[in-house]
Amino acid sequence: MSSTSSTANRLTRSARIARAPRPAILQNTGESLQLAADVLVLGGGPAGTWAAIAATEAGARVVLADKGYCGTSGVAATAGVGHWLVPPDVAARDAEIFPREAQGGYLTDRTWTDAVLDEAWYRTELIPGWGYRPATTPPPRLFAQPGRRSFAGTAPDYLRFLRGRTKRGGATILDHSPALELLVDDDGHVSGARGYQRQAGRPWTVTAGAVVLATGGTTWKSHSLGGDVDTGEGHLMAAEVGAHLSSMEFSNFYGMVPLGTSMDKNGFFIAASYWDHHGDPITYRNLHESRAELLAASLRGTVTATFTQFPPEARARVRAGMPNFFMVVDKLGVDPFTDRFPIDWVQEGTVRGTGGVHVLDHDAATGVPGLYAAGDIAARDRIVGSATGAGGPNLAWAVATGTWAGRAAARDATTPAAPARLTPTGTHGLRAPRATASARGGDSWRDVVGVVQGQMHPIAKAAFRDEEGLAASGSLLDERWARPERLVPAAGTGSGEAIRTREAAGMLATARWVIAAARARTESRGMHTRVDHPRTDPAQTHRLLVGGLDETWVRPDPDLPVTGPVPAGAPGPADVKEAS
Amino acid sequence: MIEVLDPVRCTSCNICVRVCPTNVFDAVEGDIPVIARHSDCQTCFQCEAWCPADAIFVSPSRTPEPDGSPLRDGEALAARNLLGLYRDRVGWRRGTTSASENLPSTDDYHVWATPLPEGAPR
Repeated sequence: MSSTSSTANRLTRSARIARAPRPAILQNTGESLQLAADVLVLGGGPAGTWAAIAATEAGARVVLADKGYCGTSGVAATAGVGHWLVPPDVAARDAEIFPREAQGGYLTDRTWTDAVLDEAWYRTELIPGWGYRPATTPPPRLFAQPGRRSFAGTAPDYLRFLRGRTKRGGATILDHSPALELLVDDDGHVSGARGYQRQAGRPWTVTAGAVVLATGGTTWKSHSLGGDVDTGEGHLMAAEVGAHLSSMEFSNFYGMVPLGTSMDKNGFFIAASYWDHHGDPITYRNLHESRAELLAASLRGTVTATFTQFPPEARARVRAGMPNFFMVVDKLGVDPFTDRFPIDWVQEGTVRGTGGVHVLDHDAATGVPGLYAAGDIAARDRIVGSATGAGGPNLAWAVATGTWAGRAAARDATTPAAPARLTPTGTHGLRAPRATASARGGDSWRDVVGVVQGQMHPIAKAAFRDEEGLAASGSLLDERWARPERLVPAAGTGSGEAIRTREAAGMLATARWVIAAARARTESRGMHTRVDHPRTDPAQTHRLLVGGLDETWVRPDPDLPVTGPVPAGAPGPADVKEAS
Repeated sequence: MIEVLDPVRCTSCNICVRVCPTNVFDAVEGDIPVIARHSDCQTCFQCEAWCPADAIFVSPSRTPEPDGSPLRDGEALAARNLLGLYRDRVGWRRGTTSASENLPSTDDYHVWATPLPEGAPR
């Protein structure tokens, strides 16, 4: 069959996307919304929409609930990222994966990287046939290679399209419907969730045979581009039913932005020129791996940058490749190709960092019956290690794990019990064992958010760590965790206020796991810089699992990294390096 | 953060209310929406892209623009065709208007880039 006719076949098929059956409506009144489905997806970014699409492809009845609006919500919807695509070819994979193993501190696992790249390669191939026509076409890549394919998830087109595709598949989308807690049946099988529809002003409950968590990473509301919806309550929900996390020490990646802005698109920053506040040039090694040189300079004074890497004839193409970044500098009156413009930083937490819920297999299962995790909420340590997953790997991961989770959830979905027979599992931010009316609610969630941000955002604490500072941060966070009654919503667990208290609890829980893991990793590796342990310790070439609610725990992942043979002459995992 | 919702251009379609991922707006019966929770704005520019009336301007600053900022002056920004700039740039604006030529200069911005005097602590 010629390639032309196979393309034609794909386009013909696109006209008929099979529609899965609709979820059942149990109740739809001013007081509450109750639906029954096979699969409930929490979060409507790339991982959530790909999960919902995969589940509907398998014929499952699917509900997708997003905290904001599926299509604009989250970092991929607003920032736009290209997918990391490498054809299923041994030489191409070796060439691509080896440098990333070094960059990722040799914590990665090739078998996972291969599986993710395979799934992302085949799934993204379907998108043009589904009718995706972005309003702007990114210019061709400067160094296109034969046999390679690129697929840009252009903002804001890509997520708007995925929303439409999700609905065409038969899924029901609930917008502005943050989830607050998971529901389990008598056997501990995750069987749905409940939350609050903040615009309709009513609680929602969805019973489902399986739940996919795709609520994103967390930035502790640093105002990075699109990241403020990512507040960690999904991680907390997973831990409340017994899931573990991984690599939470790699949760401190900072994005550089034109000073004072949210625009942390960093594709052109990683090869730019920088000067310190005296105007002296700053040299750096690899800004995907660590930004310590620039972050340290920012602690002394304002750093300036220029995109000197682009000759004048390339600039029109560069502008067209990143419309959102250039919209921002144009509004500021800055020409980044010629001006030395000031920069600062937004904490990108576990979004550009790699920590998150530990998934066990290529079903994206969490180990808790009925619960799957996909996208940035899941740890991406196996594909990027201690380096950032931004700029392609995270999106390939979202497509792959979303697909895996959606398929597996549809396959394994059991018939859920009626809502009244399910048990809510939420703790902090919803209810407390010794809550009293006088201690409840009010604005105490603001105090918790402030304390968490005070530990997680400052460069001096989060980018440059030492035992003394980590212990002090840990004490402050533990004190807040020990007062759950202060995070109980006065208006009740079925109220809009519960969204705020639950977000605060999610931010607090994730921050505590970060501190626990960062204290346990007594070395510097990738984005994790320990001022008191500046060298990389070959004996710590393993990932760290972390978990626990009242008592946090950390232990080495018994699954060791799987990296390839190191080419002769190249530095390998056993080489000790001096951290910068 | 969002600084301008032009009451003349706004058609009360409430798309911004629906699409804002952090629920910054409130719909108002029989009137244009209001920016009800400005402090929840995450400066993601989605409302500027989605507004079909080019009635919105989001300043790049992740903190509120101070009084007197040129990036809060709705009439001046509208006159320079800067409302809905992001919609234009992502190819969602119908027609051929391009706003690339008329950009405000935020002179204050470059003050931050001025090197400190010699002898300042490193």
